[in-house]
Amino acid sequence: MSKNVIGRIKDLASGVYQKILRKKQPDLSMPLRALSNVKYDPKEGYFEIIGKTKSRTLTASTIKTFAQTLRMMELSKDLVEKDDIATKREAYYVSKNWGEAMFKEQPESDTVMDDFEAMMEVNREQIGFIPEEKGGDIAGALVVIDKDPDTGKEIRIDCTKFGSGAYSIPSSVEDLKFETKAKFILAIETAGMFQRLVKHKYWKKANCILVSMGGVPTRSCRRFIRKLSDDKKLPVYVFTDGDPYGWLNIYRTLKVGSGNAAHINRYFCVPNAKFIGITAQDIIDYKLPTHPLKDVDIKRIKDGMKNDPFVRHHKEWQKNLNLLVKLKKRAEQQALAKHGLNYVISNYLPDKIKNQKTWLP
Amino acid sequence: MAETRTKAHELAEKQREIGVAEFFSRNRHLLGFDNKRKALLTTIKEAVDNSLDACEEASVVPEIVVEVVDMQNDRFRIIVEDNGPGIVKKQIPKIFAKLLYGSKFHSMKQSRGQQGIGISASVMYAQLTTGKAAKITSKISPSEPAHYYELRIDTTHNKPEIVKEEVVEWKKEMGTRIELDIEASYLGGAQSIDEYLKQTAITNPHATIIYTNPKAEQIIFPRATEDLPKEAKSILPHPYGVELGVLMNMLKNTDARTLQSFLSNSFSRVSSSAAKLICENAAMLTSAKPREISRENADSLMKGIQKTKLMMPPTDCISPIGAEALEKGLRKEVNAEFYATVSRSPSVYRGNPFIIEAGIAYGGNQDAEGSVRLLRFANRVPLLYQQGACAVTRSVVGTAWRNYGLSQSQGALPIGPCTIAVHIASVWVPFTSESKEAIAHYPEIIKEIKLALQECGRKLASYVRKKRSIHAESKRRDYIETFIPHVSSALKSLVGLSAKDEEKTKILLKQILEKHRGKLESVDFDPSKNVEYDKEFALIGKKKEEKEKQTTLTEGEQDE
Repeated sequence: MSKNVIGRIKDLASGVYQKILRKKQPDLSMPLRALSNVKYDPKEGYFEIIGKTKSRTLTASTIKTFAQTLRMMELSKDLVEKDDIATKREAYYVSKNWGEAMFKEQPESDTVMDDFEAMMEVNREQIGFIPEEKGGDIAGALVVIDKDPDTGKEIRIDCTKFGSGAYSIPSSVEDLKFETKAKFILAIETAGMFQRLVKHKYWKKANCILVSMGGVPTRSCRRFIRKLSDDKKLPVYVFTDGDPYGWLNIYRTLKVGSGNAAHINRYFCVPNAKFIGITAQDIIDYKLPTHPLKDVDIKRIKDGMKNDPFVRHHKEWQKNLNLLVKLKKRAEQQALAKHGLNYVISNYLPDKIKNQKTWLP
Repeated sequence: MAETRTKAHELAEKQREIGVAEFFSRNRHLLGFDNKRKALLTTIKEAVDNSLDACEEASVVPEIVVEVVDMQNDRFRIIVEDNGPGIVKKQIPKIFAKLLYGSKFHSMKQSRGQQGIGISASVMYAQLTTGKAAKITSKISPSEPAHYYELRIDTTHNKPEIVKEEVVEWKKEMGTRIELDIEASYLGGAQSIDEYLKQTAITNPHATIIYTNPKAEQIIFPRATEDLPKEAKSILPHPYGVELGVLMNMLKNTDARTLQSFLSNSFSRVSSSAAKLICENAAMLTSAKPREISRENADSLMKGIQKTKLMMPPTDCISPIGAEALEKGLRKEVNAEFYATVSRSPSVYRGNPFIIEAGIAYGGNQDAEGSVRLLRFANRVPLLYQQGACAVTRSVVGTAWRNYGLSQSQGALPIGPCTIAVHIASVWVPFTSESKEAIAHYPEIIKEIKLALQECGRKLASYVRKKRSIHAESKRRDYIETFIPHVSSALKSLVGLSAKDEEKTKILLKQILEKHRGKLESVDFDPSKNVEYDKEFALIGKKKEEKEKQTTLTEGEQDE
């Protein structure tokens, strides 16, 4: 695998070099990572890339990133050859040796890295880069089978045995195996709600696996849920705040992927995920305390209606968004505490999971 | 009853005619003699203007000698000598020693002098300040003797007073020489005689001027061409420009026997049928006797004229400098990166045809921080005073220079490394005063000047834009080039290049860049590019200005 990666990198570089030798403008082209370059095919169940590319060459606007991409390739080749890894932030610091070509802020280096990844059509882990962020937390009736990094011996991790804590999803999940008798996976937006459910052992009551996404799920979190769901044929229910961020950024990214990761959505999506709450209708039905919609929320809704292929495909989601705009309100998961701290466990979740009509696709 | 002397009788004893010479001797500022420095310029200017006019009229290529001798105690002797046609003996005293006597006032023709006041005013000024008589020598042909006069003006009667008169030997074939002793002061700078003579040389490339300054240094402005400017033709006045008083005067003095023939013979662009039409529009008989026309009738005749559609006056009577010669002159004076000149087609104000010419010299070694330098010319004569009161200044201020790449505050001259020259040529240049320092604000003139400036401005703008875009492009290239070593260094380790190949890659990348983006034109100022620039020439009138700058205000503000 690593030989393969090095070969690809060398191929790309010599393509550039050959062009220079022929006195042609050298360039690197890569898939455009944006919502405008994906389509939503409900049969496939995720955002598929449609082949728009962007190019970097010797122009004033692209020369810097052109040079940086080559530098990044150089770093990647070095890492893979030495079987080493660098976090995204470390890669950013390495660039400080590059003189004029250094990155000023980490988002710049992340972008170049993601573009390089898209160009290579592999996971960034394969080209030697790993993310900083934690992958998400797991609690419930699940045994994860991992390997000891030193000995390679199998380790069985029982996710019921973390007490009030939780098992952390590692950055690479490809080689994990699972054992479980749970009936479904519940993916939760906030760590606060996750902790309440863990504390009161909701997973035991409902016989499920709880996943804390902590905002927009990381790639490894998405991949973990997908793999677990595929391997054990488990349905996935998603529980977020009742606002556009929870719906369009967290749920949509989990289910079908994102524009930014257009080149890898195929692997990092959970097409069979279902949204159980909080919907706009829930705000009315459960008389939830609310906050007014912010300008940024309204902008996100409008943007989603106009540009998000997922929203444009599902009338139910459009209805849900329109209702929210009409209400001019949003509600958080914790708002359910109005009816008692454990109302979410005793009433809300059982009701919602039972009643499929209240879900959104 | 006759004994009763009223106050009116008393006053009547003091009431008498004011001689024109008397009037001007008290109001000499009206003629440009307000201070010693200006008096020097005005005196030389009047003499040189006359000499140039005379030479051109006689189709002689002018060679003018100007000598200024410092006589100490603020006294200077001024000698101006030309190779013109000379003046016949009996006219000499009147030309030089009678105010408002001359050939140019009544003729509608482009010339430098127009009022018949200038040179005699200088003679009067000399007489007032030093008491010395003017010394005139003139010779009209190689076969005639030269006449020498010493003249004074009888200011009470505005009459020449001949102090001395004799026939002298003069080796010149023909010409006129005037020598005046005046009270004056000599300073360099933008309003100096040096500057005046230099600018005169710019707009009169056919003239040679040999100038000896008060420090006894001789400066020669050699002619750049032997070709005399196109001869300016004399035309009749156009009816649209005539005023009631003038019309009445003309009616009284005409020899014509009918109104119709008066109109068609006294004005340009009035044919016999047009004259008839005017009479119809004025409800007057074509056969009316001009001399018997009353004020009221003259008034309706005026209205009749305005109602009648007439052709604009002929414009071939004007002799412009020409865009090419103007640019040549600018190139000699200013070493700039860019020149644009334009010579407009003739236009008309109040029945007087005129032509506006304008030029711009941009960039180079000119000061970028201050206001632009403005050169004004009227019938080829440089105007050095009263810049603020001049229609040219008004037009420059009223032009939106920001569109053309110069910065400008509201109601001010533009700022930038730029010289703007404007020339008006007309059969009658409307000055704001007899001292002929500023052009009056006729809307038609201002409009034409603005159009000329805009035409130059558009050319300037495209140059400035090009310069900016080339500048931006060269910046972009520099930026791109800074990354070339990174590309080659990354490729070195990615593809496994040798150090030699890495160097080669760098060179190839630079070549690709050049090939792809095209050759970059250089817009850097090259001071040696303008071969016509004459540094010595440009410095004339400037050397002292540098020292002077600390103590005096800028040009224009210096006017009193």
